[in-house]
Amino acid sequence: MDLGGINPVLLLASLMVASTPILLAALGELVVEKAGVLNLGVEGMMIVGAICGFAVAVETGSPALGFIGGAVGGAGLAVVFAVLTQVLLANQVATGLALTLFGLGFSALIGQGYIGIRPPATARIEVPLLFEIPYVGPILFRHDLMVYVSLGLVAAIWLVLRYTRTGLVLRAVGESHDAAHALGYKVVRIRILAILFGGAMAGLGGAYLSLIRVPQWTEGMTAGAGWIALALVVFASWRPWRVLLGAYLFGGIAVLQLNLQAAGSKIPVEYLSMSPYLITILVLVLISSGRSRAALNAPASLGKPFHAST
Amino acid sequence: MKRRTLLATAALGLGLGLASPLAAQDEPIKVGFVYVGPIGDGGWTYQHDQGRLAVEEHFGDRVETIYQESVPEGADAERVLTQMALSGADLIFTTSFGYMDATNNVAARFPDVKFEHATGYTRAHPNVSTYDARFYEGRAVLGTIAGRMTQSNKIGYIGSFPIPEVIQGINSTYLHAKKVNPDVEIAVVWAYTWFDPAKEADAARALIEQGVDVILAHTDSTAPLAEAEKTPGVIGFGQASDMAEYKPSPRVSSIIDNWAPYYIKRVQDVLDGTWESQATWAGIAEGEVVIGEITEAVPTEVKAEAEALIEAIATGEYHPFTGPINRQDGTPWLAEGEVASDEDLLGMTFYVEGITGEIPN
Amino acid sequence: MIRLERRPTPSRFWTVATPLLAVGLTMIAGGLMFAALGKDPVLAIRTIFFDPLFNPQFAAYSRPQLLVKAGPLILIAVGLSLGFRAGVWNIGAEGQYIMGALFAGGVGLAFFPASGWYIFPLMVLAGALGGWLWAMIPAILRTRFNTNEILVSLLLVYVAQQLLSAMAVGRMRNPEGGGFPGSRNFAQYPAASNPELIAGTGMHWGVVTAFIAVIFAYVLLQRHLIGFQIRLTGQAPRAARFAGVAPARLVIFCLGMSGLTAGLAGMFELTGPAGRISIDFNSGYGFTAIIVAFLGRLHPFGIVLAGLLMALTYIGGELAQFMLGVPSAAIQAFQGMLLFFLLAVDLLSNFRIRLARAKTT
Repeated sequence: MDLGGINPVLLLASLMVASTPILLAALGELVVEKAGVLNLGVEGMMIVGAICGFAVAVETGSPALGFIGGAVGGAGLAVVFAVLTQVLLANQVATGLALTLFGLGFSALIGQGYIGIRPPATARIEVPLLFEIPYVGPILFRHDLMVYVSLGLVAAIWLVLRYTRTGLVLRAVGESHDAAHALGYKVVRIRILAILFGGAMAGLGGAYLSLIRVPQWTEGMTAGAGWIALALVVFASWRPWRVLLGAYLFGGIAVLQLNLQAAGSKIPVEYLSMSPYLITILVLVLISSGRSRAALNAPASLGKPFHAST
Repeated sequence: MKRRTLLATAALGLGLGLASPLAAQDEPIKVGFVYVGPIGDGGWTYQHDQGRLAVEEHFGDRVETIYQESVPEGADAERVLTQMALSGADLIFTTSFGYMDATNNVAARFPDVKFEHATGYTRAHPNVSTYDARFYEGRAVLGTIAGRMTQSNKIGYIGSFPIPEVIQGINSTYLHAKKVNPDVEIAVVWAYTWFDPAKEADAARALIEQGVDVILAHTDSTAPLAEAEKTPGVIGFGQASDMAEYKPSPRVSSIIDNWAPYYIKRVQDVLDGTWESQATWAGIAEGEVVIGEITEAVPTEVKAEAEALIEAIATGEYHPFTGPINRQDGTPWLAEGEVASDEDLLGMTFYVEGITGEIPN
Repeated sequence: MIRLERRPTPSRFWTVATPLLAVGLTMIAGGLMFAALGKDPVLAIRTIFFDPLFNPQFAAYSRPQLLVKAGPLILIAVGLSLGFRAGVWNIGAEGQYIMGALFAGGVGLAFFPASGWYIFPLMVLAGALGGWLWAMIPAILRTRFNTNEILVSLLLVYVAQQLLSAMAVGRMRNPEGGGFPGSRNFAQYPAASNPELIAGTGMHWGVVTAFIAVIFAYVLLQRHLIGFQIRLTGQAPRAARFAGVAPARLVIFCLGMSGLTAGLAGMFELTGPAGRISIDFNSGYGFTAIIVAFLGRLHPFGIVLAGLLMALTYIGGELAQFMLGVPSAAIQAFQGMLLFFLLAVDLLSNFRIRLARAKTT
């Protein structure tokens, strides 16, 4: 492939920013799915997070409060999903899609007064010492805080899922809710908490879009990022580090194809713009081939409703 | 919001100029608008809606406007148009290319309702008009500023889809940048979307990494400007709306779609009973394409040069596509002094000489 | 304390009563929202639910339009419901819908301008084939390489969209369209068009096919071995395996059927209501159909009702927008609410609500 004129370090720096929204949202969805719940409403929660974060940041002048607002907004919409699917036992797939429909409309209603406004700028952070590395340092270690937070969250979620009791309980609920229930765990309560966490993470991802990545509010601005986040969880076979890999791979190819165009590559644009999707599928085929479904790590109770008396 | 007031005052000014005797009718006429995106897109649809508001402001009680947002092109458009006509609309503006067939089909069934279709070419019935803006005139001005301002001699253009309107813009930008700066190169990135702020930001980033220091966009969000701001020395332009929030830099000027004068004129025609089917392709002279304030980030002599060009285009003294111009492959397109015909421009599917890269097809 | 107790079989009474209850609750909640937006809530609700059916100004036109809008939703949803029952997750009907249209469009354009009775049937076959082939990619990847079909089918939607825009501005562009994007209009090419079969009813071949698909699915599920296998696999996958169900064949069958119906829907929309291949040809039918499938409780007749209800809110929502100036965002939120309530009250048909003291198992 013709890589002429593309600087890999710069590419890495921009893919880190480009991937952060889908990374955050996908991490949240990973936890939700680990608890055995399939929430297809990521796009809706993201966009509500985007407007809530934007509105809070504009009103208070503080991007930090904005991110909190985004997380709260995403979690708020997730409450609807939690009540419907966990308390009222509604179908998860349909509820998730309805959540996306509602979120897109609702966010546009809130956002009517915020068009054409600039949000307060978020400071970039220079990571001490690492920033000093010549050439690479100023590019890789001079991002806004959220990029590093998202990386930290990957590690944190991995640690919690793997090494803590909380993680064990969460996985137990996702693998077999009946067994977890028999052991005395509050399946519904745990799932509701996981759903709220997922909503908050999607909200953070949305707020990252509206406050840093694009900085602006426009209706429908997530433009499908939530769907990509959903796909990434499957791609990662429910493993946090693989989510990071997937997000950076997808974001990387998306950025690379635009760079190739800008550099005047001879590859036809149509193929370039399909490439992020096609390559993601291809990589998934390669890593999943030859394994059984169990080894792919899907939580056994994923998407199945739980009702204690059955 | 600054942009709203700017346009409102512009419309008001125009309104006073066009003030006309009261029409005889007592009943207000009903004017419908069909939008392809949400009003909150901050770009294409937003600007059409500003035109609608200007109509309301100008005519007061004499008109009633109705509108519908986010109407998908195709099947849904025909239904929406029919229902609007059934509801008693007298004049309907359909503001996207994809409504062309629907507009003409519905016009056939409602001969008493007037239809105005933006950016299309089919007028199958006497109650259908088409209208469009000569955005390439504005691009010529921006290209001139871009050519003067670039330090790296590389300007970047984010295209949406490879359609004639966008290609006109790229060619016009390049020709005029080249005119003032023979060393200039243009890099084009096709986003293959009208609206995806994140992708537009990535496209701007990619261009900047390729050494581009002036960015033009044919997609509607402010994302490219926000991206430009992150790198000192990179400038851009407001697109569709003024995007004044990025003044004085990176937004050094802007190309604004201003539909208000046309909408007011056509509503007036209906009120006066003088409405006729026609094809309008208006530009800077008519105030349909407006160049927003050129900020102090631009040196005075460049600003003066740009303003002189605006003046020359407005008076009709200069056409942005005046020969000699060759096609990309070197074959002659326009001879010395020859001016491009509107048909050539409307069907433009080639780059002019000097632009590298291929138009995807 | 309140407890839920699962009913041995869903309650007949509540199965009928819950949708009505949900609509009632939505009217209250939606009314509050409209009131908060400063619109007359009673008028808004009336416009959405009653005007498309009974308003003398619109109903004659809007009522048949319900079928036009619901047709593709029902057709796609019926195909999807088979897979959803068996636990095969095709989230990519939108992509299969696009591919159906592209294949059919390709065949139709290849024959242009010939006339012949065989052209339309060939296009129908091509449309079905296009959707089927696109669905075979996730099917084969799932059965051969164990790749998750949710991800593959979803990502292929985006690939199909890119193909669609490439075709609309490239290969399939109308050579007489002056360089504008979009193919020839099939509705204006008699040999390839899918017109209204009986004037004023909205019935076209796509609606007819949707109803055939509903009956076919009903018979399949009730009477045929594959239907039994589908239901068994959904309820008890292990038992199904012991009963001799070959999972791979079932995956291929289910994905194939849903791809086929989505492809057909795309074909009929292209040749009928939509008319031409354009950049924005797809307008979300493939995703909305997933909701329709579940709202109809994956039952063929339920899907018909769910599809009609969704169509009613779309058309009524359009009327509310331009009659009352309700923003399209509010209509979207309103539709979301309706779905929430429908899903929430579904509980009543499957569970009894008991006060505590109920036995625990």
